Amino acid sequence: MQQFTCPFCGLRNETEFHFAGEAGKIRPDTLNEVSAEQWSAYLNHVANPMGHSREVWVHLPCQEVFIMQRDTLTMAVLGVEQLRREPK
Amino acid sequence: MSGSRIQNNALIDRGKTLSFQYDGKTYQGHPGDTLASALLAAGVKIMGRSFKYHRPRGVWGAWFDDSNAIFNIALGADLHPNCPATTTYLEDGMQARSVNAFPSARFDIKAMLDWFSPFLPAGFYYKTFMRPDWHWFEPTIRKMAGLGKLDDSVSDGYQSDQIHQSCDLLIIGAGPAGLAAAVNASKNGSAVVLVDDHNIAGGSVYQLASDIENQSPNLWVEQQIATITKNGGRILLSTTAYGVYDHNLVALVQDLGFARAPRLWRMRANRILITTGAIDRPITFANNDRPGIMSASGALEFLGRYGVLVGKNIALLSSHSHTGDTVNRLHQAGVRVATFTAGDNSPIAVGGKNLRALNVDSISHPCDIILASGGLTPLVHLWRHAGGRLEWDEAIQAFIPASATTSLRAAGAANGVYELDEALADGRAAALDQPSPKAKNTYRIKPFLPELNSHKRQWVDFQHDVTVKDIELAARENYASVEHLKRYTTLGMASDQGKTSNMTGLSVMASVQERTIGQVGTTTFRPPFVPVPLEIYRGVRRRQLFNPPKRLALETQHRKANAALGEYGGWLRPAWYGEGDAQETINREVIAARNHVAIIDASPLGKIEVIGPDAAQFVNFVFYNTLSTLNPGKIRYALMLSERGIVYDDAVISRIDQNRFIISCSSAHVDGVNNALEAWRQDGHDPDRVFVHDTTQNWATITLSGPKARALLSCLEIAVDLSPDAFPHMTFQQSDFMSAPARIARVSFTGDPSYEISVPTLHAPALWSAVNKAGKSLQAALVGVEALAILRAEKGYIIVGKDTDGETMPHDIGFSQPRLRKKSAFVGDRALHTDAANADNRRRLVGLSIPASENRLVTGAHLIDASGSKPRSTGYVTSSYDSPTLARPIALALLENGAVKIGDRVTVWNQGDVRQATVTMPCFYDKDGALLNA
Repeated sequence: MQQFTCPFCGLRNETEFHFAGEAGKIRPDTLNEVSAEQWSAYLNHVANPMGHSREVWVHLPCQEVFIMQRDTLTMAVLGVEQLRREPK
Repeated sequence: MSGSRIQNNALIDRGKTLSFQYDGKTYQGHPGDTLASALLAAGVKIMGRSFKYHRPRGVWGAWFDDSNAIFNIALGADLHPNCPATTTYLEDGMQARSVNAFPSARFDIKAMLDWFSPFLPAGFYYKTFMRPDWHWFEPTIRKMAGLGKLDDSVSDGYQSDQIHQSCDLLIIGAGPAGLAAAVNASKNGSAVVLVDDHNIAGGSVYQLASDIENQSPNLWVEQQIATITKNGGRILLSTTAYGVYDHNLVALVQDLGFARAPRLWRMRANRILITTGAIDRPITFANNDRPGIMSASGALEFLGRYGVLVGKNIALLSSHSHTGDTVNRLHQAGVRVATFTAGDNSPIAVGGKNLRALNVDSISHPCDIILASGGLTPLVHLWRHAGGRLEWDEAIQAFIPASATTSLRAAGAANGVYELDEALADGRAAALDQPSPKAKNTYRIKPFLPELNSHKRQWVDFQHDVTVKDIELAARENYASVEHLKRYTTLGMASDQGKTSNMTGLSVMASVQERTIGQVGTTTFRPPFVPVPLEIYRGVRRRQLFNPPKRLALETQHRKANAALGEYGGWLRPAWYGEGDAQETINREVIAARNHVAIIDASPLGKIEVIGPDAAQFVNFVFYNTLSTLNPGKIRYALMLSERGIVYDDAVISRIDQNRFIISCSSAHVDGVNNALEAWRQDGHDPDRVFVHDTTQNWATITLSGPKARALLSCLEIAVDLSPDAFPHMTFQQSDFMSAPARIARVSFTGDPSYEISVPTLHAPALWSAVNKAGKSLQAALVGVEALAILRAEKGYIIVGKDTDGETMPHDIGFSQPRLRKKSAFVGDRALHTDAANADNRRRLVGLSIPASENRLVTGAHLIDASGSKPRSTGYVTSSYDSPTLARPIALALLENGAVKIGDRVTVWNQGDVRQATVTMPCFYDKDGALLNA
């Protein structure tokens, strides 16, 4: 049982979290032409890095969506970042 | 008879005598005995039969390193299967029977299987039972296989505690190194937990022939425990660490006595120190599985802990230098020990159920017990669970822990440090996370090469009857990788899990391949280290506490009305009302709903509010249908897609005002829809300009549906103009009911005019009784979920996930406009224009019609295209009912290119039963919507 840090709630068991995808994926602008290859890459292409990985996770009880960096080999959590920008 | 009890300072309570039975005979033992030690003391040698050939077996080890003696034990009303005799403490009145033997382990009628052993080598099953078909043989083989019998009553009152704790340092194993480490670590006030699987700490100290740090072993252990406790450290006895999991979570199972469910501890430790010690390795020689051949350390454990002398005339066969304690202890006990070095001297055990001699170099040495010690194997299982690496140490012929990480250490014999003083120093250093002192090593071991191509059988896995010959065969057939070897021969696969058989098997493979054991490598170690009952994972999560359903605010009222409650989408809801025949009751509810008015508790329907200046733009993006053009006060039906364009849910969406929407999604999908909305909000939009708030459980909803719905609603004290022009279909009104806010939405899931009245949950009982009171004169009926399912199918309304599947896109179920016309981006938009989405053979939603005289179709039945050379499934029935309204069966189906097949005949196949049906539009009731819009 891993433990992750929710930016909002703190350290919690992994069963409270859902993996939401690799971070940094940009949704193609579908109002313009998007090739089948581009769309397929958006849907299906995952890098699955061995080692350092940057991912989007959700903490289900508070529903915070955030970015977590972790090492997929050692399972070490390297850090979490909140998605929310500070109010201007 | 060779074992006997002697007077020494063993850990049993000789003042009390316990009586028990084994295979029908009565024996005596003492508190502190295990079943195995009490039987050995009584001279019993045969304690089990092997799994495959039913060969007689005695105990090999004195603790978890024995897999030969496994008993079914009855005590009072409790009957527990598969208890290891060496780790089950004796209780008065126990009745034990060896598993896998009938009538007893001493005389087992299946022993004749051993005569056929030349025909049953490794891989025999895989080669033999292939033809004609494995399933032909399976029942017989299953009957012959397996160990103890499970009694259903085992689970009565059998419930495990589960405890979650954390500590600074968890020390696993309270032997010399573990105790010394715990003393050192607890001195500075850190939270230390020391666990040991025996009920008395000390580990291997009771095997010692000499003092430890100038004290008797018993006194030394007492002093360490006193110090640890005084320093605030905790000691958990009878507690086995059986697995190490991610982020330093260690699973501990605590034995609470026979027939009591053990306790699970989930211990999160900042640091883990493994001081689990080392165990004796068997030696492969001819007939080495005879009862009376056991490990040297096992014999010393029986002597030191239980005061049991295993024999009178002992031969010791070893391959290493550290046999001094064995010889000295046995000499002190007054026994003659003849020592032999294992090597090229072809040892053979002579005798059957009673051992007579050990032949070495063809010279016979009479004995009643042979102690074998093929070297020490550090217990590195937990080290590997935790992800620690191993390295092969050629000098001590063992895999030992390699590099230490900051939070994981091993010390003492588990770390390959076998000298007592060195092990103590290693433990003390590891406790403070200091580097290990450089250990002197006087341990010498001769690399043992098993004798190959022998005609005599040499056993590697005692429990599964794997011999040296089987491993040679596996290697010949190219199952050379250790993982393949293990699976082909079943070596180390049963409750032993390789503890004793692994190293022996590896040494045989190394001999065959002429490599070192280090080059051969070892198999993966996985939890659990010892067998644990599945119960420990269940704990209190049983029956009602296992995935508890959500409860309606009106459950009391439904029960009073004789509702049959069932679970639907996570909610406990009325399936129907009344006690008569279920189908007749449901049909009556449908008819009442069509002719008069239905009262339905629709509270589980989703009520997710989306609020904020970007709300309109947001819902327009997340949903398939265009919602930005929806006017306040209006309602629109909308589909939610995944980015792959697949229908995930359907919802009716009300626009309350310019910046506020209520998403009324399906009751089973509320959490999923809410999660999707939150994910898009936070990762794709400005989360400060739109808010998502699930108010599903804040509001109770009662639906009135049918020709008299308006009449019933007008009887309630809710001030709303109900005329069709003022309150048309797909609009909503806000009002008050008994000074609480009320929302009335005119939407329909039945095809008749319907009004969903929502009030704050607190006011649900008042609304329920008002509706029921007013409904009496209108012949209103309470309608449950089953009748509602028929009503909606008659109208052709889908249930997402039932009438759609993982390939269904919106244009497959009749919603193609947004795909072609919507001007703004939305979730799944691009996926609706792929080649697959544009294909004309997509499965589309259709209706199926069959004559009134026939039975309804079976849900899931295939729609067959028999025109080709082979019949082919072109779709399937998704919903099927006997329609009470139409007095004939109806069905919905997904059918390839169904849109152009309306009016065609189609063949419906279900498990050989072939029927004909006519393809229709999915709607069977009020096709032009005149009733709905009235």
